[in-house]
Amino acid sequence: MEGVGINGYLGVGAVLFVCGVVCMATKRNGIGVLMGVELVLNGANVNFVAFSRFGHLGLDGQVAALFVIVMAAAEAAVALAIVLSFYNNHLTVDVDRADELRG
Amino acid sequence: MGTALFTVFATVACGAALAVVLSQNVVRMAFYLVISLGSTAGLFFLLNADFVGATQLLIYVGGTVVLLVFGVMLTASGPFLTIKSSPGDLVQAGVVGGLFLGLVAFTVLQVDWEANAVKLERRYGATSLERPGYNQHGEGHTTRSLGAALLGARFDKDLGRHREQPSTGYLLPFEIVSIHLLVVLIGAAYLARAKRRVSPSRDA
Repeated sequence: MEGVGINGYLGVGAVLFVCGVVCMATKRNGIGVLMGVELVLNGANVNFVAFSRFGHLGLDGQVAALFVIVMAAAEAAVALAIVLSFYNNHLTVDVDRADELRG
Repeated sequence: MGTALFTVFATVACGAALAVVLSQNVVRMAFYLVISLGSTAGLFFLLNADFVGATQLLIYVGGTVVLLVFGVMLTASGPFLTIKSSPGDLVQAGVVGGLFLGLVAFTVLQVDWEANAVKLERRYGATSLERPGYNQHGEGHTTRSLGAALLGARFDKDLGRHREQPSTGYLLPFEIVSIHLLVVLIGAAYLARAKRRVSPSRDA
């Protein structure tokens, strides 16, 4: 089973990463921004596991991917709590309305 | 077979990620995110990383996205279901994103990974996934070695080799991440608690 080389997986990782960055930049919904962050972390994970399989990382890449997944879960929990708190105070999730600290 | 599966999973993952960006409805975005993350788990299985793929399905798709969907349900009421960005911003973001993708793809394709792998193998020997006798290449049962690595013992590197010092494990990062998760859960519960208006009661 000689499948795709490392370039295919790195390409998928690049597409996921760029989609996440664009999603973070353009969405005005706070939860949409969170989804962009999830996509970015997922693209990084694809690269980690691809290098663990094709590169010289061995199992270390998979351990790093596991840590990234745990970090993503923690980040989603805290960011969702912040979004809910923002919604309780402002009755909207539009991130453009969070401008109290603007100088 | 592997190539066909890779094509299917890669197309679905990238297409769903694009749909997340292009969709304006938050509920649909969450649905496309589930599809994208699930196909990425399929890619992980194709890369012989069975435990990481299962973790992706269980924690990412089963936990994190469900959390996001709860957030959508709690906040996306009426006018907030779709918050549109201005078309100028979208065009700008599309151009910048396309250029960025071109840059990253160009950089990835410039590197000669095969020669790099040969060089690394000449210097450090075969990767642990390719040594015979333990964790045969292509079978991908990585769970036992991953668990041992998280407890600080590197069976995949040290077994059957004479080394002065054992290889580095991941016990300390594991403990740090455990405390981190505990702190994060307490902090999230504190941040998202229901705020009651404190009324000065007379009998207290």
